Amino acid sequence: MKPSWIHALILGIFCTGFGALLAVTNQFTADSIELRAVEDKQNSLAQVIPDSIHDNNPVKDVVLLKDHEGKELTVYRATRDGKVTGVAYEILGSGYGGEIRLMLGVAADGKVTGVRATAHKETPGLGDKINTAKTDWITRFTGLSLGNPPVEKWKVKKDGGQFDQFSGATITPLGVVLAIRRGLEFFAENKTQMLEVR
Amino acid sequence: MATSYRTIIRDGLWDNNGVFGMILGMCPTMAMTTSATNGFGMGLATAVVMAASNLLVAMFRGYITQEVRIPVYILIVAAMVTLVDLTMNAWMHELYKVLGLFIPLIVSNCLPLARLEAFAAKEPVMPSLMDGIFMGIGFTLSLTVIGAVREVAGSGTLFWDAHLLLGPAFSFMETRILPADTGVLLAILPPGGFLVTGLLLVVKRMLDLAAGKEIRMAGAHSV
Repeated sequence: MKPSWIHALILGIFCTGFGALLAVTNQFTADSIELRAVEDKQNSLAQVIPDSIHDNNPVKDVVLLKDHEGKELTVYRATRDGKVTGVAYEILGSGYGGEIRLMLGVAADGKVTGVRATAHKETPGLGDKINTAKTDWITRFTGLSLGNPPVEKWKVKKDGGQFDQFSGATITPLGVVLAIRRGLEFFAENKTQMLEVR
Repeated sequence: MATSYRTIIRDGLWDNNGVFGMILGMCPTMAMTTSATNGFGMGLATAVVMAASNLLVAMFRGYITQEVRIPVYILIVAAMVTLVDLTMNAWMHELYKVLGLFIPLIVSNCLPLARLEAFAAKEPVMPSLMDGIFMGIGFTLSLTVIGAVREVAGSGTLFWDAHLLLGPAFSFMETRILPADTGVLLAILPPGGFLVTGLLLVVKRMLDLAAGKEIRMAGAHSV
């Protein structure tokens, strides 16, 4: 029977060894990982803000605002010749499988320039039709604004609104429609802060 | 008592297969087999971790005492998973975007831990590495088959999105077998995972019985 400190020592040595290995790996990969994250963000922003309206890198031009729950929200801004032409920020909808995260792009005049689902847990084959990889359903919001259609029409058809639900799924599209409407309302409330030139 | 490579390969791929022989690793099996491509990706990531951790444990087993072996094994599996996660995120980012979701799940898979305890802790380095590789390949095949059955039944496609995982050259694998929107949705929902895995297990056992093999109890290992 070995004394117990031997076991402690062995476990300690293994922890130190593998801990060091991970620390070194982290050191080597951290810069690349950060770079990739910025690229990913850039790509997802490029889908909701058309290239033609800006000459800056929206990932680098951010404003921090407080949302309805008092949480900090990062607003990415697209500028052209020093004027803000559009903004993009993350909005949340409640779907069938929990939270749906979306990136919403809004032009300075309040029109939607694009919206994409970035993360969700909707049922595969039903609710996941909000992904552009599956259907182009979500692109129908491009060009719409709070007055077009009127606020009371920002619902799915089943509830008397103007947006199609998909067969078998009502909760997911409803969650998305409401999230976009709230997102546009947020834009209307915070327009001055979002568009002011610094 | 070195096990022959023949036995290692046959055990990993069929006789003592992780999913259909030992019924281990059910969490990632159920979660990631909604399509053949997903199952294949999860299996591949697991195989890498299994090969690496089997190798490491076989190398260090002389220094690991009985009392602390389980924490050390868990440490090794977790370290390998993190290592794979970080490296892929940094240098194989396109692949990471597809597989990234699966990689942390490997820690919740008890199959690597079971092989460390049942094989790598007792066998020499090379057989242990082979065991990790072939148990991993067997796991990959099982997940791909379950994924294929669920995908064909549920979505009517086979190997859909394979180009995201394997590169554009593999988009020829993507086939539509049933017309769109005709699938049995149940197959890709969680209950479908249990049903399909159960049915495939029946098929494997029937094949074994027909071949006159003795059916081993789940969890029994060959060592």
